[in-house]
Amino acid sequence: MSAVLADMPKADISKTTTPASTKAIAPSKGGRPWTFYVLATLFAAYVIALYGPMFCIYILSFQDIRGGLVFPMKGHSLHWFVDLFTQARTGDVKGSFDRSIKLAVIVTVITVVVSFLAGLGFRKRFRGDTFVFYMMIGSLVAPGLVLGLGTGLLFQALGLDASWYTSALGAQLSWTLPFGVLVMFAVMSRFNHVWEEAAYDLGASRWQSIWLVMIPVLAPGLVAVALFGFTLSYDEFARSLQTAGSLNTLPLEIWSMTLNVTSPSLYALGTVTTIVSFVVIGASLGTIVLIQKKRGSQAKG
Amino acid sequence: MQPSPSPTLSPARSNLAGWLYVSPLVLVLVPFFVAPILVVLAASFFATDGFGGLTPGFTLASYVEVLHSALTLKLYLATIKFTVLTWIFTLIIGFFVAYFLVFHVRNQLLAIGLFLLCTVPFWTSNIIRMISWIPLLGKEGLINQALLAIGLIHQPLEILLFSDLAVVIAYVHQLTIFMIVPIFNSMARIDKKLIEAAIDAGASRFDIMRLIVVPMSKSGIALGTIFVVSIVMGDFFVVKVMSGGGSASVVSAFYEDVGVLQYPTAAASAVLLTLVLVAIVSLILRTVDIRQEITR
Repeated sequence: MSAVLADMPKADISKTTTPASTKAIAPSKGGRPWTFYVLATLFAAYVIALYGPMFCIYILSFQDIRGGLVFPMKGHSLHWFVDLFTQARTGDVKGSFDRSIKLAVIVTVITVVVSFLAGLGFRKRFRGDTFVFYMMIGSLVAPGLVLGLGTGLLFQALGLDASWYTSALGAQLSWTLPFGVLVMFAVMSRFNHVWEEAAYDLGASRWQSIWLVMIPVLAPGLVAVALFGFTLSYDEFARSLQTAGSLNTLPLEIWSMTLNVTSPSLYALGTVTTIVSFVVIGASLGTIVLIQKKRGSQAKG
Repeated sequence: MQPSPSPTLSPARSNLAGWLYVSPLVLVLVPFFVAPILVVLAASFFATDGFGGLTPGFTLASYVEVLHSALTLKLYLATIKFTVLTWIFTLIIGFFVAYFLVFHVRNQLLAIGLFLLCTVPFWTSNIIRMISWIPLLGKEGLINQALLAIGLIHQPLEILLFSDLAVVIAYVHQLTIFMIVPIFNSMARIDKKLIEAAIDAGASRFDIMRLIVVPMSKSGIALGTIFVVSIVMGDFFVVKVMSGGGSASVVSAFYEDVGVLQYPTAAASAVLLTLVLVAIVSLILRTVDIRQEITR
């Protein structure tokens, strides 16, 4: 995901410089090889399997009061959305929704800043860099539930109360930061050092070269890091389970609903959270495209 | 790592600068990754009163209990079964999807668009994507309805949902993206001239695949494998929900242990699992320098 976002400007350049004929293995003029059709079918099947089930629950969430968990559709209404936010038996959806959004925003800000700084640090080798790198990989692959339990026990041992804005925040950062730094690596590796060099030659300080050159140039990559931070936090479950304290975040609420709610309310909640995710994804990708466009027009004009 | 153009610093100062830049990262990872792991390690040696109280001390009782239980072997076998099946399917699908996008889609913008299409669900809720299989696989779900309608079966299939099959389907659905992205990334870096040259030298498409594409996407495959293996082995909610309680994995048993406040046994089993995971990941890392790979 990171790669493609960072690749966008590069892709535009290579498109104009490389003839399209080198793109496909098979000769690009004339007919496609049979493998193209086989793989295109596989790809289409994959995309259908990826989106199909999700669309089923979005559709089913718009049933009326007779609705069940499976097709066929029984009527059309917004009954289950109203039910979701008003019924006590579905739990505190509104409160957990609020908390999840706030937490995701905090996580996003911290992830962007810390990943950017770490990305700067990792550009050069320093004593102990491999240790920090593997600590990060460890944090990424460790079972979330185990880490969450450890964090919970640690807070208990220190006499601190676990809550979503302390222990859960930290637990989520142990998940979003490695992702953010890995994306930063991909972004940084495409940063042209000539610009930074030029800034130094013109007498910029280290701080000025970061603030006036690197951040504007890397802006699309930073938006990508923010997208990771927000969505990974907003959907984070395993690490929050033992660390969120008495008040649930949204994924924890969904989890408890999957265990005891058997009405389309569950699907309605799925639809609502997906809409939020899509708005965030759309806004991020839109911002990246906008930045690239602005650059393109500036370069021409 | 590329040489940085910043003003030349003495090695000591450049070490200091490096540490200053990564210090916020370290300040988060130490209390929220290193410390919790140490706490779990310590807890695995503690004794318990059985009601959630922990007595500091050093006993291997929990390890003996975990290693002696026949259940442990069963749990590990189940976990390995799910991991291997998921790995095979995500690898095959992920490899060919990436291959299609890189080598068969001629328009680069279209390729990026299709790639983004694959990645969008990654940014939405995993739990929602998992439960979205219920209306399809359920006893009265779409697949059963369709099979009944065309007369292929006369009774609804019950193994579709709440079974090991459903668990693997949910894993593959969620995790194929973790294969596609790194493999796509390494394939996109293969110089197309290399392939042109191979064609000119008379290589068949199978030869190109075997001798160029697969070896050169090895690092992507390794990275994807690390993601898929560590996520499946660390997962518990897919197993719990999609098997309908019929199957368990190491971490879902851990979750049950925590639920009944059996912290030391849970911790001991977590430590063992982490060791297994570390062994697998370092085995993979020996074949590929991922840091070199990501930063180059």
